[in-house]
Amino acid sequence: MLQISGLHVAYGQSEVLHGLDVAVAPGEIVAIMGRNGMGKTTLMKSLMGIVPTKSGSVRMDGTEVSGLRSWERVAHGLAYVPQGRMIFSTMTVEENIETGLVASGDKAVSDDIYELFPVLLEMKKRRGGNLSGGQQQQLAIARALATKPKVLLLDEPTEGIQPSIIREMARTLKRIRDERALSIVVSEQVLSFALDVADRVLVIENGEIIRDDARAGINEAEIAKHLSI
Amino acid sequence: MFGDYSLSDLGAIFAMQGFAGLILFSVFLLMALGLAIIFGQMGVINMAHGEFMILGAYVTWLTSNFFQAHLPALFGGYFFVAMVLAFFASGALGMLVEWGLIRHLYKRPLDTLLATWGLSLILQQCYRSIFGAREVGVDLPQWMLGSFQVTDAIQIPINGVFVMVLTILITCAVAYILYWSRWGRQVRAVVQNRVMAGAVGINTEKVDRYTFALGCGVAGVAGSAFTMIGSTGPTSGQLYIVDTFLVVVFGGAASLLGTIASAFTISQAQSTLEFFLSGSMAKVITLLAIVGILMLRPQGLFALKVRK
Ligand SMILES: Nc1ncnc2c1ncn2[C@@H]1O[C@H](COP(=O)(O)OP(=O)(O)OP(=O)(O)O)[C@@H](O)[C@H]1O
Ligand SMILES: [Mg+2]
Repeated sequence: MLQISGLHVAYGQSEVLHGLDVAVAPGEIVAIMGRNGMGKTTLMKSLMGIVPTKSGSVRMDGTEVSGLRSWERVAHGLAYVPQGRMIFSTMTVEENIETGLVASGDKAVSDDIYELFPVLLEMKKRRGGNLSGGQQQQLAIARALATKPKVLLLDEPTEGIQPSIIREMARTLKRIRDERALSIVVSEQVLSFALDVADRVLVIENGEIIRDDARAGINEAEIAKHLSI
Repeated sequence: MFGDYSLSDLGAIFAMQGFAGLILFSVFLLMALGLAIIFGQMGVINMAHGEFMILGAYVTWLTSNFFQAHLPALFGGYFFVAMVLAFFASGALGMLVEWGLIRHLYKRPLDTLLATWGLSLILQQCYRSIFGAREVGVDLPQWMLGSFQVTDAIQIPINGVFVMVLTILITCAVAYILYWSRWGRQVRAVVQNRVMAGAVGINTEKVDRYTFALGCGVAGVAGSAFTMIGSTGPTSGQLYIVDTFLVVVFGGAASLLGTIASAFTISQAQSTLEFFLSGSMAKVITLLAIVGILMLRPQGLFALKVRK
């Protein structure tokens, strides 16, 4: 579904990602673990075309997207929930979700999105900026889903969210995957969440993937070692 | 300065000058609307905005000449045609400028300031070469010339009311486009966060181009209104750009209601004071008042309240 090969990304002169190779199968949930500053956000941004790719290729369903603009990549089925949510704060909840409709071409937000996040239905007319952090996270996911993606990218969705809600989010993500048959790539620092949600766990360190384990038979201690400082 | 007038005289004077200021209000409002749309959208301060207005004025003049020469029977309606043509002429020029110049400079705000200033000089010279250095004026159709006699002392100019009604309609249309249409949702998303708007699938380049064109088109319509209060020359636009900046800043950028209120206040203040004082003195007092108010309320008259 999503194929990343030999991906090099740099900010100016300093290279941050040194040739990543990741393949994500249809319907698969992949967690990318790594400490602060290891390049998770950079990877997400380069997949979305926010940070330019230096070399390497990113393919969606076989189509090369690494030279395309962000909105063209969305049209090819990528959707993005950024670190910090980045919702449009002066627009209402409903309008926020509707911004995703441009890509899908739908006329109205489909009911199943509100079914997934009932809070958003209640707060439809509120300004996005006045929602709590957890509600904003749901809004950012709803907005991404409105584009009808094939691959959903989430950058540290658990950041600043309390443990009970984190478990619920893992359930929601799996439900999204099951109902919509899409692939999910999620970057994480919380190991328990990654183990909850993922089919495969990768570890990124200094811009390189150093581990790639299937969920079954994973060695938690080994991975935890890479996450502690 | 009010000493020589009786109270009822003063009331009549204020009312008359108020209505006389209607066209100025319309010009300010449309200009500020265009400038605010462009600034809000892409952070570009369009120094050539006055020249886009003057293009609209020239188009209005050409249209009026055309009707006089070829369709004298329909002369009464030329203004409607002129406004539409002015909108599309300025809008098309705006689109061309965005494509050829502005879009290459989005990451360099200071350069856009210089570039659009240079553009304003180029456009002025173009107007001089094409239309001549002499100022031109349009003839108003008969039905717009008179005024409604409200009381003995108060007359309301018909063209003022007419232009104001049109301006309000245009403002409503712009408000509709920005706040209720699908297109407006995209525009506001780009304004809020350009990068994120792109990442939810909005073609930000297209949004930029059309928004710039819309802002310039509205300036063109302002030019149509302008032909009723002044004569059109290559540099007439320059005089209006400063006032327009004032309107935008005073109203609080990104607030439509603020822009309307501030255009109204400033045009009325100027028009009323002009009756009692010289034009430049009226300007000075208006300016001082605005500076004073902005020191107390730096965010402008209206500002959105929301958690960032
Ligand atoms: N805009 C930028 N310009 C230059 N260097 C940057 C920029 N953004 C990030 N970096 C550098 O790139 C490296 C990777 O940063 P990145 O944001 O991808 O880390 P991360 O894994 O997402 O960290 P966190 O868990 O804190 O979000 C860091 O060393 C950082 O300093
Ligand atoms: Mg990060």
